[in-house]
This record gives sequence, C-alpha cells and structure tokens, in this order.
Amino acid sequence: MIRSILLAAGLALLSLPAVAATQAEAEAALAAAQTAEADALAAKAAWTTTEADLTKAQKALAAGQWDQAKAAADEALTLAKRSVEQANEQKTSWRNAVFR
Amino acid sequence: MITPSPRDRFALARYVVCALLLATAPAKAEDKIDPETERKAFQAFFFAKFPKVAKEEFGNGPYAVNESMRKQWKEMMEFPPYEFALDEGHAEWDKPFANGRRYADCFDNKGQGVRQTYPRFIAATGQVETLEGAINRCRVENGEKPLDPMTGLMASLAAVMSESSQGKPFAIVIPDDPRALAAYERGEEFFYSRKGQLGVSCASCHMSPAGERMRGDILAPALGIMAAMPIYRSDWGSMGTSIRRLSTCSFMTRAQPLKADDEDYRDLEYFLSYMSNGIPIVGPGTRP
Ligand code: HEC
Repeated sequence: MIRSILLAAGLALLSLPAVAATQAEAEAALAAAQTAEADALAAKAAWTTTEADLTKAQKALAAGQWDQAKAAADEALTLAKRSVEQANEQKTSWRNAVFR
Repeated sequence: MITPSPRDRFALARYVVCALLLATAPAKAEDKIDPETERKAFQAFFFAKFPKVAKEEFGNGPYAVNESMRKQWKEMMEFPPYEFALDEGHAEWDKPFANGRRYADCFDNKGQGVRQTYPRFIAATGQVETLEGAINRCRVENGEKPLDPMTGLMASLAAVMSESSQGKPFAIVIPDDPRALAAYERGEEFFYSRKGQLGVSCASCHMSPAGERMRGDILAPALGIMAAMPIYRSDWGSMGTSIRRLSTCSFMTRAQPLKADDEDYRDLEYFLSYMSNGIPIVGPGTRP
C-alpha cells in the first residue's frame, strides 16, 4: 500500500516539471530557438515550420501561456538545428545526386 | 661525395615539376566541371524519357508531357489569360521614363528578341543578373523605383520581352571567367541539394518524376522549365515571374524562401537556363 502511494507520488513528481514551465524558462527556450534559427537563416537553410513554431511561441509568451510557449520554442529549436544539419550534410552530398 | 651540378639540379627540378604536373593533371580534369558535357547529359536524359516529345515542346512544361492536360490547354489558349498582361506590358514598355529615356534604351537590340540570353553573367559585378533584375536596374538607372520582381507590372514587362523572343532557343553564355563558372556551380548545387523540412531537391520533383501527377499538378520536366516564364497560373489568379515560381517551389518543400533577388536564386536560374540551351522560348505561358 505504502509502496504504491510512494510510487504514485514519485510518478507525479517526475511529470511535474513538464507541466509547469515558468516565464523565465519559456523566455530562455525562445531565446535559444531564436539564436538557432538565426544560424539557419544565415546559412539560407531555414524551414517554414521553424518560423511557424517561433511565431506560435512568441504569441503564447505574450499571452502568458508559459507551457505552450516553451513547448513551441523547444520544437523550433529542434527544427532549426535539424535544418542547419541538413545544409551542412548537403554541402558535399549534393554531388552524389547530380545527373551525369 | 657526389653533389649534383647546378645544371643537374635544374634538370631534377624540371623532372619534379613535370612529375607533379602529370600527377595532378588528370585529377584536375576530373574535378573541373564542364557545363557543356553536363548539359548534353541532362538533355539526353529527357529526350530518352520522353521520346515522343519534340525538342521545341519542352518549354510547355506539363502540357508537353501530358495528353489530357494538353487538350485543356488548347481550350484555355483560345482566350489566353495573359493577354491583359501583354496589353499592360506594351503600354508600359512604350512609355518614356520621367527623364525621357525608355526601357528599350537599356537593352541590346532595343530589347527585342533577347529574352533567351537571360540570365547573364555581368563581369562588372561578378554576379548573375536575371531578366527581371535587368528591368529593375534599367528603372533605377533612369531614376524610377524598382518594381516587385514577382508579379504585376514586372511580369507584364517580362511577358512583352518573352513574346518578342518566342521561338528563339535559350542561348545562355558562361564566359571564360572563374566567377561565372562558380555561379553556374552554385546554381547546380541548389538544384540538387535537399532542402526544407521535406528534405527534397528541385531534382527530386523535376527530374525522374517529371510527367507524374503530384496532387492536382503534372510535374514539369526540368528541361525547358524557364522557357514559358512569366506564366499566368489559375491557382495564383495572376501572373508570376520565374522568381515567383522558384519561391513557391521552395515553400512547397517547407524551406523558407530566400529574398527574391538573392544571389542563390539568380545562380539557380542561370544553371537551369543553361541546361535548357537550345530549347526555344515559348513565354508568356499559362498554367492550370
Ligand atoms: C515537391 C515537389 C517539388 C519540388 C521539390 C520543386 N518543385 Fe517546382 N514544381 C512543383 C509543382 C507541383 C509545380 C507545378 C506543376 C508544374 O508545372 O510542374 C512546379 C512547377 C515548377 C516550375 C514551373 C514549370 C512550368 O512549366 O510552369 C518551375 C520553373 C519549377 N517548378 C522549378 C523548381 C525549382 C527550381 C525547384 C527547386 C528549388 C523546384 N521546382 C522544386 C513541384 C516541385
């Protein structure tokens, strides 16, 4: 009995941080995503989906929805990084696709 | 002790230089891209893929490679939807700028029958200039504001220049200048690079799958893909220049389109147009 209560409490604790993002966390996540996207734009490698997630994050932040803001910013960060990786990888591998 | 005389040393140096040249020469020949060889292979691919399509037809894009689309097109062409653009374009073309000069003064042969030579490599800037870029430069040099390069009046002017060039085969020049070859190669890189969240390249859609259906569209073959520009597209409800089409395709792959006059797009158009050398201009065009 006690064991299962403890287990439930532990599970609740584990899932807590994911639910409640603070304003500071959301702002930090957005800043990180914006930095990564600036790199992608500079490399002319940006994706429209990253831009859309950034807009979503900014709107949520302005509305005080920290959780949604952080989630969208985290997603934008992932996409921005992947877009830069794609561009770096293609710098050499495009040659394999050339029709000769 | 035997030390080589100065003469011997000279011979030795010569030998080393020769050996180096011999060793590096073939590798260099392999690395160096030859646009003309690439163009022939590129065109041979499409001629083999569409043996029944005449060379002159490739500029008609989807209509060249799909029979039922072609019927639809013939009907549409009874009242070509770009007529209004030609009317607007001619009126603008003939109108002098505030300084009394005209568009015709900015171009070879007064702008008649020259569309097939664009984009061009401009030695003074070391960059590629598109037809729309040349039109805007003409305006700016004559004290006028540049036009939106995607649509509207710019598309109408490009339509006029295409009209007077119909039937003239693309004749893109890559001058003997390493910067011109570099521009060609950057265009080639763009064409074959996977981009956007979908991770596809221009080639992914316009080489092997050309002629196949994608949603409501028939994919145009990359050969001659610039020959009908500018085009009226029903799904746009208006005219669009080459750059409007390229940005739309970037967007389709979920890549953030670049600025309309970005050098990468100019180089891409340079490469694509060079690949189409020999394919006649058919623009302005109309698309579903
Ligand atoms: C996901 C597939 C896809 C990719 C990738 C793609 N396009 Fe397209 N493209 C289309 C479709 C669909 C059309 C409209 C139908 C047609 O005309 O082919 C089109 C039309 C065009 C046209 C107009 C053809 C005509 O005759 O009207 C041009 C030019 C063009 N694409 C160039 C490009 C370039 C350059 C790239 C790379 C930046 C590219 N496309 C990438 C799908 C794609």
